[in-house]
Amino acid sequence: MNQSEIVGRGNRDGARLFREWFEGLTRAAEQNRPAAYVFVMGSLAELLRVFDFPIVFPEINSLQAAVRRVAHEYLNQAEDYGYSPDICGYVKADVAVQLRGGEHPMGRIPKPRIAVLTNACNTYIKWAEIWERMYRIPTFTLDVPGSRQAGGPTWPGQRDFENDRRYVLSQLRELIPRLEEISGIRFDIDRLRETMKHANDMSLAWKRVLDLNRSQPSVFNALSDGTIYLGVSNGFRGSAEGARYFNDLADELAFKADHRIGTLTDERHRLIFVGVPCYPIFRRFSELFTEWGGTFVNSTYLWFASGGTNAGYQYDLSHPLESLAEGLLINVRDAMDSMFFQTQILADMIDNYHADGVVFHPIKSCRTVSTGLADNRRALMKLRDVPTLFIESDMMDRRVVSEAQLKNRVDAFFEGLVARKTTSAISHQPSAVSVSP
Amino acid sequence: MAFAAGVDVGSTQTKAVIVDEGKAIVGRCLTDTGANVIRAAEQAFEEALGSANLQEEEVEFVVGTGYGRYKVTFGNTQVTEISCHGRGAVHMFPATRSVIDMGGQDTKAIKVAPTGEIIDFCMNDKCAAGTGRFLGAAASALGLPLPDLGPTALRGERPVKITTTCTVFAESEVLSWLGKGKKIEDILLGVHQSIAQRSAGLLRRVGIEEQVTFTGGVARNQAMVAALSERLGLKLNVSEESHFMGALGAALFALDHILASRQPAGAESAA
Repeated sequence: MNQSEIVGRGNRDGARLFREWFEGLTRAAEQNRPAAYVFVMGSLAELLRVFDFPIVFPEINSLQAAVRRVAHEYLNQAEDYGYSPDICGYVKADVAVQLRGGEHPMGRIPKPRIAVLTNACNTYIKWAEIWERMYRIPTFTLDVPGSRQAGGPTWPGQRDFENDRRYVLSQLRELIPRLEEISGIRFDIDRLRETMKHANDMSLAWKRVLDLNRSQPSVFNALSDGTIYLGVSNGFRGSAEGARYFNDLADELAFKADHRIGTLTDERHRLIFVGVPCYPIFRRFSELFTEWGGTFVNSTYLWFASGGTNAGYQYDLSHPLESLAEGLLINVRDAMDSMFFQTQILADMIDNYHADGVVFHPIKSCRTVSTGLADNRRALMKLRDVPTLFIESDMMDRRVVSEAQLKNRVDAFFEGLVARKTTSAISHQPSAVSVSP
Repeated sequence: MAFAAGVDVGSTQTKAVIVDEGKAIVGRCLTDTGANVIRAAEQAFEEALGSANLQEEEVEFVVGTGYGRYKVTFGNTQVTEISCHGRGAVHMFPATRSVIDMGGQDTKAIKVAPTGEIIDFCMNDKCAAGTGRFLGAAASALGLPLPDLGPTALRGERPVKITTTCTVFAESEVLSWLGKGKKIEDILLGVHQSIAQRSAGLLRRVGIEEQVTFTGGVARNQAMVAALSERLGLKLNVSEESHFMGALGAALFALDHILASRQPAGAESAA
């Protein structure tokens, strides 16, 4: 395979899979098939696929509305209906999708027949209650404990973890008959093994993809390219196409690493992104950094929005349900830790990915990911001597996104970063003027 | 003799400064920005040239800064006002480690290294509370010209508590205090203390390290200097040139460029 065929394949295939996914959802809506609504942290797609549910990720639908620059229409509609401007933008955009009978810029979203969620985000629970009231559907909330002891995580084999595993397993055993009842399909443990095998392959390749970005220059931008990967990671988890996509992607990125093909032609600054992207001006937001030769080599978003699958957790297919419970415990915990206990994670990222700056991006819409970021930043700055930038905007609502203010802060951050590098390189008076993009 | 210029196009006013090779200010201009930002930048530069008795071609390098820095169409490059205020403050007061810049629309807390390099910074968000605009709203509600705000506030003895953090609502709160019969000077003292409190909060977020230099247009307001100094519990550096600090920093960066371009090849910065 030559370079032009392999380089860029991940983004091309990702876009195609995304279109196909929404085409499938549109067909499901037209056929009135029973859909399962899930969230990115603990989606249980492996289990839901056994029952042939069309799987809907309302978080992804909402961010797609923002990327396609129509989020404001949806937010306004939900606010006109009575939702406050202060609550989660993802929730409001989804409410508007429901009020429009599933109409979405990428197709039509089928109605839910069940919502399956975890306690990974407090908003998930209230969000699902909206569907419960709108459609009178059951919602199944898995209570996933944090599995900790004396402040540290516990692991399989340890007493507390095993107690937690039994607790989650009992919930899964309660869920399965509900899924059988709603779908009309009997539970088949061999099909579960099959979807879990695909999920294993995907997780392993996903970890490989993330590790490959340690190379210099970096082979993908964790902010822009990474968001495409996340879409496939969630929408195709447990499927053969998803596993194939990530294996192909890892091969593409390995090729780029081997041939030193970077995501930027002139990579000058390697950055880490903390938080959720600014979707209302997604491309421009990324350009604010790339114009300075800055690229994101990793992000906490790639960790928590992939449901914590970044560590490459592998299910034991000889004990599918027990292993599913174990995976849920570990992955959801990892996802939440990457938001709430991120200091050491970020310090390790800085070391392993040779990062020279960290960008914290709290957003108005989401308290879950934003609360505590100021503390996390301070803690990180004590642990590592690395420049950080703290910029605020939103993931959905362009009314609270000011490009001019963002640019001013980003430019000042790079001016400082350049001056720091220059000073350290030649012990010379800093000269921000010589390095404007 | 080489000359360098900095043009700081702010949301309310545009400032231009010209420095000579010895880093002395030889020309300056302050003008309202207005709706025509490009013209404001040109006018400030022309008048600064006039005050320095220089021709345009004698200025070798121009740096634009401020929100309108990309509208300095005759400029050679742009640097943010965050870097420029840091650089200007360290130039005027070499022991400066923290800078608070209060402008028409922004308040910035900046932590700087001895070289003027920006270590960290923090700004007010999209809300204009705690900025010069907040004072403008109070002046408008009280029917006072801006220059009278400081001297009036300094006469206050029993400051009212301004609770709103919104510039829009500040006006109605000021009016409500007037309705309750409070003295104008006490209301204004309360307004200044409220802004000082928010600005001190920004400074704490980056970590206050002495010496602290107060820059920007609002630094000319003696009541604000007093309120902020009292809030922080330390004496602030305030220069006669505080209003021009961003433009001065920009001019110094421009001078860096001129001097660096004279060095033999390979001796310039790593950039």
